[in-house]
Amino acid sequence: MALHTPAVATRQARLATGKRSKERTPTSILFLALLWFSLFVAFATLVALIVTTIAQGADRLDARLLTEYPSSRPEEAGARPAILGSLWVIGTTAVLAIPLGVAAAVHLEEFADRRHWFNRFIELNIQNLSAIPSIIYGMLAIGTLALIGVGNKNIVIGGALALALLILPVIIISTREALRAVPRELRHGSLALGATEVQTTWRITLPSAVPGIATGTILALSRALGEAAPLLLLGALVFISFDPNGLLSGFTTMPIQIYGWTSAPQAGFHELAAATSILLVGILLVMNALAIVIRNRYQRRW
Amino acid sequence: MTTTDSSTKATMATTSQISVRAAQSDYREIPAEPDPVLQCEDVDVYYGSFQAVRNVSLAFGHNEITALIGPSGCGKSTILRSLNRMNDLVEGARVTGSVRYWGQDMYGAGVDPIEVRRRIGMVFQKPNPFPKSIYDNIAYGPRVTGMKVDSMDDHVEQALTRAALWDEVKDKLKQSAYGLSGGQQQRLCIARTIAVEPDVILMDEPCASLDPIATMRIETLMTELRDLYTIVIVTHNMQQAARVADRTAFFTAAVDETTGDRTGELVEFDRTAKIFENPADQRTEDYITGRFG
Repeated sequence: MALHTPAVATRQARLATGKRSKERTPTSILFLALLWFSLFVAFATLVALIVTTIAQGADRLDARLLTEYPSSRPEEAGARPAILGSLWVIGTTAVLAIPLGVAAAVHLEEFADRRHWFNRFIELNIQNLSAIPSIIYGMLAIGTLALIGVGNKNIVIGGALALALLILPVIIISTREALRAVPRELRHGSLALGATEVQTTWRITLPSAVPGIATGTILALSRALGEAAPLLLLGALVFISFDPNGLLSGFTTMPIQIYGWTSAPQAGFHELAAATSILLVGILLVMNALAIVIRNRYQRRW
Repeated sequence: MTTTDSSTKATMATTSQISVRAAQSDYREIPAEPDPVLQCEDVDVYYGSFQAVRNVSLAFGHNEITALIGPSGCGKSTILRSLNRMNDLVEGARVTGSVRYWGQDMYGAGVDPIEVRRRIGMVFQKPNPFPKSIYDNIAYGPRVTGMKVDSMDDHVEQALTRAALWDEVKDKLKQSAYGLSGGQQQRLCIARTIAVEPDVILMDEPCASLDPIATMRIETLMTELRDLYTIVIVTHNMQQAARVADRTAFFTAAVDETTGDRTGELVEFDRTAKIFENPADQRTEDYITGRFG
């Protein structure tokens, strides 16, 4: 059986019309419907969550939430220490984790010999660390603080230590990805001019990777901001009626305040929890917006 | 740039005459033997256990343009990268034999590859300006190498002028280099190389990603820069070699019967006129006339 010869056959060939498109078979329509349904479930859950939270907490989203200290009477209570505590802990976490994470990533990506077994072992372990449950980092922080003889472990530096360890692998991984995205030609262009590898890293590679590093870091800090488990372990679920004022100050954070209020019996505290949740989501949105602004500004400067 | 303004102008005046002469006759007069700035002797280059180039001996003449031509995988880029120790950056790369810069072994003990690369600049296949302003692209090299320049503004202007780019960019020095066209970016990369005052410029297929008009401008620029620098260019384009090069080296790849590895070797090295009009080796003639490669 010979293949048909197009030169002969095509003169009679016609494109079929009027039949149902093969893109519209029952299987493909069902498949498309499933995709839509999945999207709907994800989106509807998010909307329901936001709407119920706003409906419940909008009344208490006022100045008192920002200025008042927790109280046994919901109408007088506010989340001021929790908000300040979150800022203190996240700020300290950033100061601890960003330089360490970026430096580690620069070493692994730019200087370490990738074929050496030790570096491969470290690389594998960083991947593993990013998958470890956050509560383990809380235990690590407790252990470390106990080892150096700190009695009261609910201090800003303790919480920041746990959260910094938690997000360190994330920062390392995202920084490495940002560095890897910088074209090799740029490094070679710099080296070919007689720049050293350190100069090339500082002046060409790192600045080029800043937008990527900023994005990854801020996402990591957002995760830390919403984290409660390791801080609960450190004993952050406490009644704080003062402003945290230093690294050794006691603290509580917004997620923990939300947790505390949610487990209270009075409905008034549930409203407070919802209002604090709205605030937390708002802060996260502002952080991400800030990241975008920084990134765009860097891109424009080029 | 330590030369004064007037001498730069004088250079520009003579270079314009040279380009006219280059247009009038195909090849300029050059001595029978090159006065070597760079000299390879029995150079072998390995990547791990794979031998990329075998037994290359070549001399690159002072203030001449030398073209390296040949089919893909013949090792011409590998040789070019061994001329300023850019091969050091490839893990597992090894160069044996000797590569001499004004008679000094550049792979010898105590020679800093950083110093080698400052003296022997390189322009890459794809224009690779830094994500900085035009001005900072040029000033980068002098800054990182710690060059003493009286006025960075003048230095930048002179480098851009030599690379025939000044008139096009003088009003937008603070703007991003990424706003320039491909051909302008490549001339910026040439200016950037010039700014660290090398005496050799290596070019790895500098026109491969450019359109014919941009290519012509780069070629004209090369013939203008020939009086100031020793230039080595790798090119896939035989016409380009014939148009700009004083001497041409033809490489080919020898295939190992058992492993299938392709190892580059030098077939013929002579004045460009000789290579293109009366090659000594049959393989050169086959390549030049388009019978393979």
